[in-house]
Amino acid sequence: MSSDVKIRCKNLWKLFGPNPARFLQDHDGNPSAEALEEGGYIGAVQDVSFDVHDGEILVIMGLSGSGKSTLIRCISRLNDPTSGEMDFDGKDLLNATAAELIEIRRHKMGMVFQNFGLLPNRDVLSNVTFPLEMQGMGREAREAKAREMVELVGLTGREANFPGELSGGQQQRVGIARSLAVDPDVWFLDEPFSALDPLIRAEMQDEFMRLQKVLKKTIVFITHDFEEAVKLADRIGIMKGGRMVQMGTPEDIVLNPATDYVAEFARNAPHERIITLRAIMSSDRVVTDVPPLNARDLIGDVARQVLSSETPIAVAHRGKIVGSVGRVQMLDGLYGPEAQ
Amino acid sequence: MSQPFQMPRFLAAPRLLSPRLSLAQVPLIWQFAVIIALGLALSALWGGALRWPEAWVIPMRGWITRFFEWLGEDAGIGSYKVRDLTRFLADLLDQPLTWAEYLLYRGIRPLDLPPLPWVSIVLGAAILGHWVGGWRLALFSASCLLYLAVFGLWRDGMRTLTIVIVAVPFAVSIGLWLGIWAVRSRRVAAVVSPMFDLMQATPHMAYLVPVVILFGFGQVPALIATVIFAMPPMARCVILALQTVPPEITEAGTMSGCTPRQLLWKVQIPAGKRILMLGVNQVVMQTLAMVVIASLVGATGLGQQLLTSLQQLKLGAAVEQGLGIVMIAIVLDRVTQAWANRPTDYAARGRSWRFRHRHALAFGAALIVSFALAALFKEASVLPKRLTVTFGTQMDEAVRWFAKVSYDYIQPVRDFITVEMLIPLRDFCLAVPWVVVVGLVGAAGLRLGGRGTALLCMGLVLGIVLFGFWEPAVLTVYLVFSAVVICVCIGLPIGIWASRSPRVARPVMAICDTLQTFPSFIYLIPVIMLLKVGDLSNIVAILAYATVPSIRYTYLGLRRIPDVTIEAAIANGATPRQRLFKVELPVALPEIMLGLNQTIMMALSMVAITALIGSRDLGQEIYRALPTADTGRGILAGLSIAAIGIVADRLIQGWANKRKKHLGVG
Ligand SMILES: Nc1ncnc2c1ncn2[C@@H]1O[C@H](COP(=O)(O)OP(=O)(O)OP(=O)(O)O)[C@@H](O)[C@H]1O
Ligand SMILES: [Mg+2]
Repeated sequence: MSSDVKIRCKNLWKLFGPNPARFLQDHDGNPSAEALEEGGYIGAVQDVSFDVHDGEILVIMGLSGSGKSTLIRCISRLNDPTSGEMDFDGKDLLNATAAELIEIRRHKMGMVFQNFGLLPNRDVLSNVTFPLEMQGMGREAREAKAREMVELVGLTGREANFPGELSGGQQQRVGIARSLAVDPDVWFLDEPFSALDPLIRAEMQDEFMRLQKVLKKTIVFITHDFEEAVKLADRIGIMKGGRMVQMGTPEDIVLNPATDYVAEFARNAPHERIITLRAIMSSDRVVTDVPPLNARDLIGDVARQVLSSETPIAVAHRGKIVGSVGRVQMLDGLYGPEAQ
Repeated sequence: MSQPFQMPRFLAAPRLLSPRLSLAQVPLIWQFAVIIALGLALSALWGGALRWPEAWVIPMRGWITRFFEWLGEDAGIGSYKVRDLTRFLADLLDQPLTWAEYLLYRGIRPLDLPPLPWVSIVLGAAILGHWVGGWRLALFSASCLLYLAVFGLWRDGMRTLTIVIVAVPFAVSIGLWLGIWAVRSRRVAAVVSPMFDLMQATPHMAYLVPVVILFGFGQVPALIATVIFAMPPMARCVILALQTVPPEITEAGTMSGCTPRQLLWKVQIPAGKRILMLGVNQVVMQTLAMVVIASLVGATGLGQQLLTSLQQLKLGAAVEQGLGIVMIAIVLDRVTQAWANRPTDYAARGRSWRFRHRHALAFGAALIVSFALAALFKEASVLPKRLTVTFGTQMDEAVRWFAKVSYDYIQPVRDFITVEMLIPLRDFCLAVPWVVVVGLVGAAGLRLGGRGTALLCMGLVLGIVLFGFWEPAVLTVYLVFSAVVICVCIGLPIGIWASRSPRVARPVMAICDTLQTFPSFIYLIPVIMLLKVGDLSNIVAILAYATVPSIRYTYLGLRRIPDVTIEAAIANGATPRQRLFKVELPVALPEIMLGLNQTIMMALSMVAITALIGSRDLGQEIYRALPTADTGRGILAGLSIAAIGIVADRLIQGWANKRKKHLGVG
């Protein structure tokens, strides 16, 4: 697995305050919450370690102020971490020179901002060509590439509009097109859809999934919204007060929340779209006339079939019967165990 | 290091007691009373507390004068003299100036070519107006320039314009560079921004004195003084523009892989363009104001003509020339503002090359046509004198007649005000011991802004005393104070009236905007026409120039009160009168006080100008320093005006901030 690790963060700290590096040193690199408060520091990111794998969508969640943006900004080096280690493609990112960083940003990283961050004085096309222009690409080449991106996000025909003439959803499409123009390996999205209304938002999420099917980027995606996280994530990381409380697959988070805080997040989660049969099945291996269900099926996809069947249905994994699922298990899975 | 410092017990003891008797708890009125009593007692014992003894004045004035003389004559390293450097600089600046002169009115001497025909310049102004602001601005610009031509002011107008055109790029680029530098480095900002404060508080005329010593009289020294004077607003706007670029835009630039240079020029400066353009507008207006005043150091043009007319009391001509300056001012202001606010040209999108460059093409055509015309008719090239008109003599007579008729009414009023009000006030001001003023300013500073403010204000006042400028400074304060009181009495009601009805507000604000573009010089014309010379004329001139901010800020302050506040007052049954005095004015007071602040600043800068019609204040000191090349006198008098301004500014700002915090909006 370690060969396809794209980003690795280890014991990452980011403090805001008068003299963070010194403060961290004085507290052996691990100050307590009280010490932080007393010293007048904000521990925006505290001792966070995780890996992001190639082609994975990692969604970071947490309440406002929990340090999500700061974390992503540390990885993209918009903020300098106070201490810790960070590898990007196996290269030490923290000690990269300014020139190396510019190179990395020009070719390997793309970022989409919550407030779009479009350049108001440039039209759609030249906003999208902007990163290519910075690289020094010729006019023809960059415009051709930008047109391709504009088409990809479905804005063809709007190339000559200025950001002020576009709706929020359209502006964010421009932001996405711009961040993709350099064909980055890693794509950071900081609450890209939260400024949009629910309908456009759902549409943009679908659009995003469609794009990812084509592009297969490594993605770090920030959101407030658990449903959005579930819809998009391979893995979810949940932050609280600067610390990463839990990281795992959506199912993991829903079924085994590490703390009450995580459980609170997962409480209204759409179980039918997160939990797989494997998690709810009983170990009775029954034999039925109907073909067995796959252990990896989402319960929502087979709920109707299970609930309408008089008897439990067998569940198979890799061609072998591994258990069964009946009405009781299905109801528990959909609505939580009765005891609660 | 190992032993912490121990305070001796007898010193520490009173400190323990002090919280109960802290100065902050003694009402300011009592503090004032004590200070005044002490000060009067002291000055009764020692005359030096009332008038600083002449013999004890620090001879800074002479030192500065000698320093500049030395700088202008002998300073240098080895055989390289500062004089050579200034001469080199002057020659360098002379080049663009000469070419602009060639082009606009003198004709290209070396090639024996005529200047641009006046017709082409008028057409050019129209095209420029249309480009930045549409048909109305086009018509307006053209007719203002046409005025210059028709009234025979063309050549002088072009002279004035020449310096503006050459000075603006210099001031803008130096300001841009300084502003960028200040944003990049905190240390530079710490040096530069108080310097700009000081520079903007120092009146125009004070810049002229050292420039004359180093560069002599003429167009180039005028240009240099103008550039120095007009640069700070640009730098300020650059700082503001760069600091207000939304962070996500800068970050988007960074993530696009911008180098720092690309980030600045391709992202931040374009994003802050609007504020930068307003900076350019300010530079242009300041430049014009300075060029007019620079006629005192030999800049030719409308300013010089106006100065001469005023000195010879040719008021009719003065009015025509003054109007010429006003025309240029308004056109420059409207055009640069329209340029700053110009929306992206959506209409040109996707149109042909010809359409997108229609203005440049039109100008080319205008050039060709007017050169052709000029070849056929000499009149299209340079309007001959016989085709121009002037109502100077008729107007002179009319003015003289009006003055004679009105004199019977005005004179008693003027004399009454002067004798019964102004002279007693003046004598009172002069009788106040300086110790009392230092004490009062210190106590007020301590209460309103803290110890730093108190020390700064006291230091500034003390400086005026020690360098021997106390008496002219008191006379300045007396003039400014009288004028500002009247300004507020006029401005407050007009501002309130305007805030009540949009129908009133629109014309009032339009008039205010226009009045603010006039160079201060202009305001002398009506004053001389009606009042002759004397303290009252000075006050009226200051008044005419400085009332605008108190109208504008009153209006804005009242308009910015949140609707809920007013609605709550109405719901609580306040009568309109109660509403105004109990709710609106108190809430808007901080804003109104900032208007007062502006009024004082403008009044102080006008003080220097009123020196031209006779006075005994600091402005006069500067004015006198000019022909005698007494640099120390000029600079110190200018700095004294700046010092008065800074003291007033700090105290008022401190008060406004306190008040805002009190209102929960700070
Ligand atoms: N430049 C800064 N200076 C000081 N404190 C900061 C700075 N940036 C962020 N913080 C603090 O760091 C903490 C984490 O902020 P961050 O922006 O990462 O939160 P977030 O999880 O992204 O919140 P949101 O969901 O509202 O965007 C907050 O307490 C914030 O106040
Ligand atoms: Mg955030």
